[in-house]
Amino acid sequence: MEKKIIELISQSLRILNEEWQNPKLENVDGKTRIYGAEGSIDSLGLVMLIADLEDRLVAEYGKEIVLADEKAMSQKNSPFRTVESLGSYIAQLIGEEARIV
Amino acid sequence: MSEVTVITGTRKGIGRDLSDYYLMKGHIVIGCSRGSASLEHERYGHYELDVAEEKSVIHMIRDVKKKHGRIDNLLNNAGIASMNHILATPFKTVHSIFGTNFFGVFLFVREAAKAMMTQRYGRIVNFATVASPLRLEGEALYSASKAAVVNFTEIAARELARFGITVNAVGPTPVLTDLIRNVPKDKLDALLERQAIRRFGETRDISHVIDFFIDKKSDFITGQVVYLGGVHY
Repeated sequence: MEKKIIELISQSLRILNEEWQNPKLENVDGKTRIYGAEGSIDSLGLVMLIADLEDRLVAEYGKEIVLADEKAMSQKNSPFRTVESLGSYIAQLIGEEARIV
Repeated sequence: MSEVTVITGTRKGIGRDLSDYYLMKGHIVIGCSRGSASLEHERYGHYELDVAEEKSVIHMIRDVKKKHGRIDNLLNNAGIASMNHILATPFKTVHSIFGTNFFGVFLFVREAAKAMMTQRYGRIVNFATVASPLRLEGEALYSASKAAVVNFTEIAARELARFGITVNAVGPTPVLTDLIRNVPKDKLDALLERQAIRRFGETRDISHVIDFFIDKKSDFITGQVVYLGGVHY
């Protein structure tokens, strides 16, 4: 599942980058840095990524997940650091939701 | 194509009147309230929820987007009032007032703005009150919650401007609805005395301001609060 999520994040970044035209996002992979130190996007980009990804997660998994939740914002190591870290975080959120259901 | 307009607190009062009005204007109206719908119309959809309940708001807005493909307008009408001296106000009441009047506004703005952002267009209208600029005694918590809405509106307008979303607020005078049914007549008369135009407001006064804010031509109007009846800070 994590691999699929990473692909969703990559797709999202590629599509958003059609507007941003950021060279750092021309070849997105798991190691691509998203936000924070040496990140590829600013806070505005992060907002757009969050909105776009939440939509994709509903379409793909039918899960109404809030990416900017307390947990994400309070973690010492932000899940938005890299594509991989965000992928793990989302997989964890989906897993938690599945357990609750 | 019909505009898709989300209105909170549509079961009664101003929210119900605004639903009828925008249905009459050809909009698809999506409403919500704690109780079931009080109107039936082929272009009306209703969600039973508490506006301060995060999961329910997220579900509603995503469902609206899925069903209708877009959200053009959000009218954050849902509100509760509680007239009381601060020394006699239970803390629970404060939570309840801020829950509906402010947290609800935040949740709807956040979720609707995500939908509006992708379409690069949106009109959000929040509800303030003349009780804030008039510093009405007995309305401290209600006024404070609405003052928070005003400041939130002004900053949201800045944060969302780049996405083609405008955020404004209308500040009604008292309108004869359930919201003020427990306010004594002498208090209401004293309040009217402080307005430049001394009469109760009507839904048409409010919808007139909303029409201006949500007009497609109002794309240079944002972060504004229009108080009715000639009240101002």
